[in-house]
Amino acid sequence: MSIRGNLALHRDAQAPLRAADFRSDVDPIWCPGCGHHALLLSVTTALAELGVAHENVAFVSGIGCSSRIPAYTNVYGFHGVHGRALPIATGVKLARPELTVIAAGGDGDGLSIGGNHFTHACRRNVDMTYIVMDNQVYGMTKGQASPTTSSDWAGSKLTPHGTGISPVEPARLALIAGANFIARGFSGQPKEVAKLIVEAIRHPGFSFVHVLSPCVTYRKEQREWRHAVHPGLDATPPSRMDEAMRRLADDDGFTTGILFAGDRAPFRPERRKRVEIGAFDAQFAA
Amino acid sequence: MHPLVDTETIERPDPMVTERSVSLVFTGSGGAGAMTAGQIFLDAAAKAGFYGLMTRSMGPQIRGGEAAAMLRVSTRPVTSLDDTFDLLVAFDWGSVARFAAELPLGPKSLVLVDDEQDETPAFVVASGAEVVRLPFERTAETIPDGRVNMVGAGVAAHLTGLDPAGIATAIATKLGRKGDAAVAAARGAIEAGMRLVADRAPVIRLGSGEGDAGDRWNISGNEATGLGALRGGIGFVAAYPITPSTEILEWMAPALEKTGGVLVQAEDELASINMIVGSSFAGVPSMTATSGPGLSLMAESLGLAVASETPVVVVDVMRGGPSTGIPTKSEQSDLAIALDGLHGDAPHLVIAPNSIADCLAATQWAVHLAEKLQTPAIVLSDQSLGQSRVVTDRPADRPYRAERLVAEANTPNYRRYATTESGVSPMAIPGTPGLAHVADGLEHSERGTPSAAAADHQRQLDKRQGKLDRHLYGPDWADVEGDGEVAIVTWGSVTGPAREAAARMRARGEKVRLISLRLLSPARPVEMAEALSGVERVLVVEQSHSKQFFKYLRANYDLPAKNKSFARPGPLPVRPVEIEARLSDWSMQ
Repeated sequence: MSIRGNLALHRDAQAPLRAADFRSDVDPIWCPGCGHHALLLSVTTALAELGVAHENVAFVSGIGCSSRIPAYTNVYGFHGVHGRALPIATGVKLARPELTVIAAGGDGDGLSIGGNHFTHACRRNVDMTYIVMDNQVYGMTKGQASPTTSSDWAGSKLTPHGTGISPVEPARLALIAGANFIARGFSGQPKEVAKLIVEAIRHPGFSFVHVLSPCVTYRKEQREWRHAVHPGLDATPPSRMDEAMRRLADDDGFTTGILFAGDRAPFRPERRKRVEIGAFDAQFAA
Repeated sequence: MHPLVDTETIERPDPMVTERSVSLVFTGSGGAGAMTAGQIFLDAAAKAGFYGLMTRSMGPQIRGGEAAAMLRVSTRPVTSLDDTFDLLVAFDWGSVARFAAELPLGPKSLVLVDDEQDETPAFVVASGAEVVRLPFERTAETIPDGRVNMVGAGVAAHLTGLDPAGIATAIATKLGRKGDAAVAAARGAIEAGMRLVADRAPVIRLGSGEGDAGDRWNISGNEATGLGALRGGIGFVAAYPITPSTEILEWMAPALEKTGGVLVQAEDELASINMIVGSSFAGVPSMTATSGPGLSLMAESLGLAVASETPVVVVDVMRGGPSTGIPTKSEQSDLAIALDGLHGDAPHLVIAPNSIADCLAATQWAVHLAEKLQTPAIVLSDQSLGQSRVVTDRPADRPYRAERLVAEANTPNYRRYATTESGVSPMAIPGTPGLAHVADGLEHSERGTPSAAAADHQRQLDKRQGKLDRHLYGPDWADVEGDGEVAIVTWGSVTGPAREAAARMRARGEKVRLISLRLLSPARPVEMAEALSGVERVLVVEQSHSKQFFKYLRANYDLPAKNKSFARPGPLPVRPVEIEARLSDWSMQ
């Protein structure tokens, strides 16, 4: 098995894989028309494109509609508790660096209850990929505001006058926190999103893919996102933080593509056995 | 007189004729170095062939707060502090009065204090102890780089008659790395201290001990916990620093680095527990260490480890609670949350070391059991075990290692949560071909697919409880010592004074049984019934305000009708004499 970036390659070259080779037989709980269906296709397409062996992928999630995604693939998965996908993924990758580790979840899971882990995962820069499926709403609890919801959205009984507080822009937060790779996609463009996921997994260090993924049940207006998204103008993504920051400052939140590709070395503790455990006894001699 | 220990009216047993033992305490503030003085004295006693114990009591200040190093050295193994101190060496009065309750002195005690200090605190005067004022500070000033704490160590060494060769070896070992000048300065100050009291008769003539230091260990509970974890097979640790558990991590970080493991400092305890769930899912035996506030934060994900059947070990070095409580001082009040603090029906292991040395074996056993039973194990240590040092016989190497039942590659029709006779099902580790599945905190079918069906819930609850109930834990579930119709039932650090109280009673010809539970969950009613066979009266001893252990026993075991609780919150240590008193006078609460 060889390793490149966050990618564990199969020892023997197999026949080309198809996206369907990475789908399980479990039917998604998602509503018809939900953006997550397409995102699932993007993930399986990316895995097929990477040619990774099923057993060498760990797919980790928290709680929420989107966090159900590992069960819909046929790689190793861990469906944890709300907000903690990133620490679990971090533990998997640090314990077994040869695995390809992907974490996924929603905007609430990743940026509200799990917000602290998000900023620390960005700065820790462990070689793994995090996909946030952002629909700016809590779907599983039937339509409350999330940290990415605009302050004037009055669609929830909890916040009938809007939240009144500024939303988080995930890509900006990731950049400030130190993520080594940041991309944004739109689930309505599954091929493009698949390419971003492939790039993210291949990029060393912590890679963050922000996917705008409409909730057609509680945020019907998000159907219009397909008209709002637009690709970035530059052929090469910024590799300097100041330049990426300047562009994101002017960004409307709908620019798709790679927004930042840094070169910071991943956090990869050395694992080498130099002494036997019995050697520690000597230090306790009375 | 001590407010809780009646040092005058309670008959103290004659020390065993062959035993030479002394109990002393160094106190000071403002970086006086009381801890180092205690450490040097303990090391010196060990080198001279004695057993010993040193506990620490500190205020909350980062530097310069009040500190006390409490010691007892003896020719016999030491299981607890004594009822009173023979010797108090105070570098200054400072805020020593805050320790009053923790410093039982009596008319036979000798108190030595720097002669430039103010009036003697009332609690010292009231104890009837003899107070002697000595020029600690000025003596230290006469020695190049001399320190007041080493002068104090010299005073204590002379007044206890400790073999000077032990001190010389201890200084050379402790300070040798700092160079000859540091060793000479320490030695000069210690010798000056000895000269200060040269004309006073020692309170005891310790001389040399009876054993060979080479057969003994000098180890703290937190170090022992770290070593036990490593011996058990821990290869990954994620943790967030918290008093009084941090020394476990400080010991393990370099040790793991040398043995091919990893220690990560996490952003918080929520991350710690979830990181180790992830690393254990990935196949590496994993652990975290924390204290009460951290354990509270970890509760939800401990339930995840139960439901997903992911083995992890969580060491809780308990301190006074609730909330931030008393971070630097000991209490046994996390028992209830450790046993029952998870939501849902979440059976798991709770294991408690009952001595400093047992921190090693109990933690090692916890790793073994967690891995064997694919469930979380909470290890309940506490500040008085973790941050204390003991000089003890070299602990035996136990056979407990991590042995996880893993699935073979390409097992046909693999089901992660299959019901089996033992309740333990083979775990597929990522990287194993043909067995990919999703581990889940959602209730699930045997295959691991989320399920809200009643039958699946019942089946998985039965499985998770059954695997714990059906395991054969062997004799380590408790230490059962002695016989007779009277029993002391206890757990954790309080076992130390209970064990000494029992030994004193037996020396007087009284029969008493000691039952100290190491495995607190799952409960072992059959084994307990056997341990209690023939017992008519039970005294339950613990260090909590709400009688958590007593309630646990009442809920899980059949106790004799005559049972009573001796429960007191921290931070005051339980003294052996208090246990003796409650056994000799059954009406005493």
